[in-house]
Amino acid sequence: MNIPTNLKYTKTDEWFDPATGAMGLSDYAQGQLSDIVFVEIVVSTGETVAPGKPIASVESVKAAAETYASVGGKVVAVNEDLSGNPEILNTDPYVKGWMVKVEGAQASGLMDAAAYTKYCEERVH
Amino acid sequence: MTEPTIYELSSPGRTGVTFPVPDVPLAKLPQNLLRKELPLPELAEVDVVRHYIALSKYNYSVDDGLYPLGSCTMKYNPKINEDTARLPGFAYTHPLQPVETVQGNLALMFTLQEWLKEISGFAALTLQPAAGAHGELTGVLIMRAYHRDRGDPKRVRMLIPDSAHGTNPASSAMSNLEVVQIPSDARGNLDLVALKAACDDATVGLMLTNPNTLGLFDEHLEQVIKIVHDCGGLVYGDGANLNALLGILRPADVGFDVMHFNLHKTFSTPHGGGGPGSGPVGVSEKLADFLPAPLVGIIEEGSDEEPPLFGFVTPKKSIGRVKAFHGHFGMMVRTYTYISMHGPDGLRKIAEYAVLNANYVKARLKGVYTVPFDRICMHEFVVEGQWAEAPGIRALDVAKRLMDYDFHPPTNYFPLIVHEALMIEPTETENKRTLDAFADALLKIADEAKTTPSLLHEAPHKTPFGRMDEVKAARELVLCCWLPEDYGD
Repeated sequence: MNIPTNLKYTKTDEWFDPATGAMGLSDYAQGQLSDIVFVEIVVSTGETVAPGKPIASVESVKAAAETYASVGGKVVAVNEDLSGNPEILNTDPYVKGWMVKVEGAQASGLMDAAAYTKYCEERVH
Repeated sequence: MTEPTIYELSSPGRTGVTFPVPDVPLAKLPQNLLRKELPLPELAEVDVVRHYIALSKYNYSVDDGLYPLGSCTMKYNPKINEDTARLPGFAYTHPLQPVETVQGNLALMFTLQEWLKEISGFAALTLQPAAGAHGELTGVLIMRAYHRDRGDPKRVRMLIPDSAHGTNPASSAMSNLEVVQIPSDARGNLDLVALKAACDDATVGLMLTNPNTLGLFDEHLEQVIKIVHDCGGLVYGDGANLNALLGILRPADVGFDVMHFNLHKTFSTPHGGGGPGSGPVGVSEKLADFLPAPLVGIIEEGSDEEPPLFGFVTPKKSIGRVKAFHGHFGMMVRTYTYISMHGPDGLRKIAEYAVLNANYVKARLKGVYTVPFDRICMHEFVVEGQWAEAPGIRALDVAKRLMDYDFHPPTNYFPLIVHEALMIEPTETENKRTLDAFADALLKIADEAKTTPSLLHEAPHKTPFGRMDEVKAARELVLCCWLPEDYGD
């Protein structure tokens, strides 16, 4: 399981990069979902998102899931490549698989990599 | 052994039917509605019959064998249901006929409303909804209308357990409500602390499936219902799992305010391609005025000599019509038949045997398959389709391999709170020999997973087609094979 140390994480398996304002779905989450076949980003540039509000709808061969904003802020970019290439979320969830970028984010209440690793391990038996 | 499509079998000029020379003048059709070519397949009757017989042999149904699809209650559908549904008085009537000419049909619907009320304990009931999720939407709209009618429109949140059927949040979202997910606790019950924290004056209610999708009866059912009622919310019962409770517990008696039935699950009307479904909704006294219109009622009381006159009535604050005409009448005839054939004691036996069968299969698999939330189950149970000693084997591989043993696979990857879930519902209609053969097959597959995993990875081997490419099917959708030339953009 890949959990980069420069990122922050939510209990609902999203990541946030304080350096760039990018957010997306964690490697653990993509592994649980298995082959992702559909992604729809449900927010647009210029919109303000609140933590815990849906930013994307993701479907795999196993399940459909919502991805929530890990932090609040103003959306400054949306990854247009994902809808045509949903498999990016499986192959590269942290770099090419970013979903939206926000500015003015308050990264509070998120887990660091060590805490998130422990949280993931607790759920795999 | 691929059967061609009926278009591939077509041969120009071949026909199955010779139309007689018309004995009335031909009507002039508007030119703009005519087209030169209509690419329909051209075949003889024998070609058509053989094509569809060939396709039917690819099928698997409850008439072939065990169909343990969890939460779907794929029980055997008694053939007498089909006989009664085809009686001319039922089959050849039209919903627009004057009520005086269809009194038998209306009497059947009225009696079925009364029976379902008696079975569930609810005060009033509609037969209109077309299937389970449609019943949910109807029920949620009734809950919303109730709060608005009380002058309490700020209630916009529906609480839904993380083990719920996906249709519950969908029905709530379609009703413009906000969905709040409530986690399960370590024993598979609804987490009371989380429920209490989520209940407030913005709560429309809770949608609860009991027994839940883990096949477990909530051990705090009365507390759960009280917590929701105490905050002014209503409790919706998802009746998908009613098969486990028939004749044993009436949902309204423990405080459910509204519930849909799945006649196509609990009451043996065909589904899974043989449908349509039927999703009647029962409600408590305080919600009765909001039911969809019309309901079947007695317009004129009868006497010792005369039967009553049945007709249609509109509840005072009805949310309106939810279905054209009166719902799926043929399914009501089948349900009426099924309830008549069983009687009160027989209905209770359905629940008892459904629960016994599920616990028997679970006991046979335990120790080989991981059973999360391991306690006495109701009509179904969930195991994990994965083993530490069989890396790379997933629930999907187990499901596919079962087809090689001539069984329909169980539901997999649901509920979402269990890793690699296999959700097994044997139903009451299976005998011990079948249950043993099924358990034997699952135990053998568990062994194969550890010794010869390729048997699972490449399964199914015995079906006309092997493993389908699910990812490709989902990513590269081709939904139409043909459009008329002048269809435009």
